[in-house]
Amino acid sequence: MTSTGNLQVTTPSDREIAMTRVFDAPRHLVFDALTTPELLQRWLLGPPGWSMPVCEVDLKVGGAYRYVWRSDDGGREFGSHGVFREIVPAERFVATEKMDGFEGESLVTNSLAEQGGRTTLTLTMRFDSKEARDGALNSGMEKGVAISYDRLDEVLASMPAQEVRQ
Amino acid sequence: MGYVMIDTDRLDTTFAALADPTRRAILARLASGEASVNELAEPFAMSQPAISKHLKVLERAGLISRGRDAQRRPCRIEAQPLAEANAWLERYRQIWEGNFQRLDALLDELKTQEKKHGRRKQ
Repeated sequence: MTSTGNLQVTTPSDREIAMTRVFDAPRHLVFDALTTPELLQRWLLGPPGWSMPVCEVDLKVGGAYRYVWRSDDGGREFGSHGVFREIVPAERFVATEKMDGFEGESLVTNSLAEQGGRTTLTLTMRFDSKEARDGALNSGMEKGVAISYDRLDEVLASMPAQEVRQ
Repeated sequence: MGYVMIDTDRLDTTFAALADPTRRAILARLASGEASVNELAEPFAMSQPAISKHLKVLERAGLISRGRDAQRRPCRIEAQPLAEANAWLERYRQIWEGNFQRLDALLDELKTQEKKHGRRKQ
């Protein structure tokens, strides 16, 4: 086992949520895995029982991408899509993201920093307005909920452990 | 991702209630013991009606309950919704950690390929 892992979720500002994760690989490989359809389809799958039958990526500024996930029983499906705004090979890319069936759009920045052959991925989602974020929050959309993570953590941290576990 | 992969409906009100800093501070205060509206209003430089409004949101979300004592109606924190929200948070982290563990395995494979065949062109 490598000492990677330790996924961290933070909220750098009112309109953002960030995830940080270290990978035991040089950043050009991480970049490939994040932007190549046949590679994305092998890991960006969500919980067990889901696959990603559609993954189209036109990796250029102004190019579009489209993802569709489907539950193995075929009963549920959802997708997301967006447009690339900025691409610096092996280093960073920025794309819009719109989830099917939800209001609002976010801007997703993937930054890769390599040190000693290991790469830190920082994934930042920024909503285009406070209203979009609040709309997401009120709809119960996962990303809106995600923005509350640290707030929940704050409250949980201040509570006696046995109350939370009860 | 994962937006419809987890059932979030029941947690909507919990997270919406937690979105406000005053309400989080109230919950943090109540974590150390029950308190009346007056006691809660004190540190916030807020009027009692303003605090009462926040308490109503928290009560509707099931995050607090109010005592029967008509005079004081002390507020206390309710652990269950927070515990459920925490379980949900764990679930979300697990999903992403699952994604990233698959990515770890894939990257190992790509590194091995690269050693054998050299770096492919970007």
